[in-house]
Amino acid sequence: MADELERPGENGESQDPAAHLPAPSIWPFGFALGVALVLVALIISSWVIVAIGAILALVFGFLWIRAATREVRATPPPEPAALTADVEEEEGEEDDGEPRLSRSLFLEGATLGIGAAIGGIVTLPSVGFMVLPAFLDQEYEQIDLGPLESYPRDQWVVAKFRGTQAQPDGVARRTAYIRYNGQQDGTPSFTILSNRCVHLGCPVQPQGLTDEEAQMIETEAGGVELFKMAPSGFGCPCHGGAYDIEGNRTAGPPVRALDRYKYSIHNGRLRLDEPYSVGKVKGTGSDAQIAAYDLVDPGQHVDGPEQFFYPYVP
Amino acid sequence: MPKTKSKRQQQIEAVALYPVDWLEERSGLIGGLRYFLFRKVPAETNWFHTLGSATLTAFIVQAVTGVILAMYYKPSAELNPETGKPIAYESIETITNDLTLGWLVRGMHRWGASVFIILLFLHMGRVFLFGAYKYPRELNWLVGAVLLLMAMGEGLTGYLLPWDQTSYWATVVAININANAPIAGPFLGDFLRGGQEIGSETLTRFYSLHMLVIPGGLAGLIALHLYLVVRLGITPPPWTKAAGGYEAQPNGGRPARTGLVNPSPRGNGNGGRERRES
Repeated sequence: MADELERPGENGESQDPAAHLPAPSIWPFGFALGVALVLVALIISSWVIVAIGAILALVFGFLWIRAATREVRATPPPEPAALTADVEEEEGEEDDGEPRLSRSLFLEGATLGIGAAIGGIVTLPSVGFMVLPAFLDQEYEQIDLGPLESYPRDQWVVAKFRGTQAQPDGVARRTAYIRYNGQQDGTPSFTILSNRCVHLGCPVQPQGLTDEEAQMIETEAGGVELFKMAPSGFGCPCHGGAYDIEGNRTAGPPVRALDRYKYSIHNGRLRLDEPYSVGKVKGTGSDAQIAAYDLVDPGQHVDGPEQFFYPYVP
Repeated sequence: MPKTKSKRQQQIEAVALYPVDWLEERSGLIGGLRYFLFRKVPAETNWFHTLGSATLTAFIVQAVTGVILAMYYKPSAELNPETGKPIAYESIETITNDLTLGWLVRGMHRWGASVFIILLFLHMGRVFLFGAYKYPRELNWLVGAVLLLMAMGEGLTGYLLPWDQTSYWATVVAININANAPIAGPFLGDFLRGGQEIGSETLTRFYSLHMLVIPGGLAGLIALHLYLVVRLGITPPPWTKAAGGYEAQPNGGRPARTGLVNPSPRGNGNGGRERRES
């Protein structure tokens, strides 16, 4: 290479005066990018990108050659303006007031930058795969609970069913406490309580006698077992939380009323929709005034000042 | 020992020392090991100082037995269609009841978990009561606190793996306690469960956390913990008569740190770096 360029400040301390360093230049980056684009575009068979890459490579290649041969052509080297701005005080070798990107600084930056890029390319998708599936595409399945005639008026029943098809049978079992409240404005009204204690998630139990004989209802999702019962309330075996029959907390550590399920009627059959959280219930049966909130985990307050502990709920 | 060694003895010695020398020349590991084993410790070092290495031993037992258990355990919540039991629970039954010595290794892992936690707390109590968390060992106390949290994370994640009623509902409660933390809690709960409900994803991710993520972190932090112990020296008990600070070493070697009851003046202007150059 006929590269006789001398860096400004070459007369400084540690530089070997005999060394001829090529002028720093950004043109090779553009050239390499163009070549890489061409190769990638050939793989994905996009002729437009091949053309863009080829043009890039040609233009930057020309500029690179021009810069490298400037000495031979005896024109003064221009400053590579894009790279000089932010490295002014990093190296002490500039004495003519014209800062340069020194080789060691460039290599340091390139190593860190490329390392960070490679690390990011590998890490970010992995971390995303670790974390995101737990938050995205979380949907409750709708569950057929059988014909309305299975639910006599004002009769509490324990309904045991398979809550999701995505889990193996043992884990997928769910229990709800259901009461038919009769017609309200021409549509059937149900009270459907979740058995998940709103303290820490143990299964609450009805306080009172429950039939041992189950009434089996055939459904597509594996059937529903109904047990008639006459509860005076609900209680949790883990830490002593107690609820009345509308799910309001009466004693113990729970922080709100029992969660409920939305429901809908299709072709004369009761269908369970997604659950929701409840602050407090006034009244009973079909007249109940329910303070409904989006479903949150057990133990989280939905009302009162403590609700501000949970400003974001996934 | 005879004062002059016979030629045969010299030959044997040379043969025995050759690989040691070979390794030392290329790695310096032998010298490092010698330094670790023969470094100076305070004269009053006593049985209480063994709690840390006892904890380390408990961790090694957990690691070894855990690796062996992982060869037989199956982290699947699916039901075996023949028996109707979850596969994870069945594999635990097989380990305990059918496999030769499985009951012993699982017992070591199960009870060793409690031993590990108990020893951790005893070790922490010793460090606290001896004042061994004070300057310049604050960082090692912090590392130890993280180690304690990770060990308890091991306890939480390992408890679910038998996949029986006890472990299932205990984990329901434990995850919901985590989910009650302000602001970040709901996200932490969903992350631990792998969704909104505890299910087979929870089991597999707890398995991964239990045998890959947390043990890796534990091993790395234990290495850092030990490095700091060796670098900073052993704390003598509070009743030591030894003066604090660094002793002058006649041979110019790296001195052992003595008592912190009368600690040396804080800092010597160069962040304690003079020891390396002395």
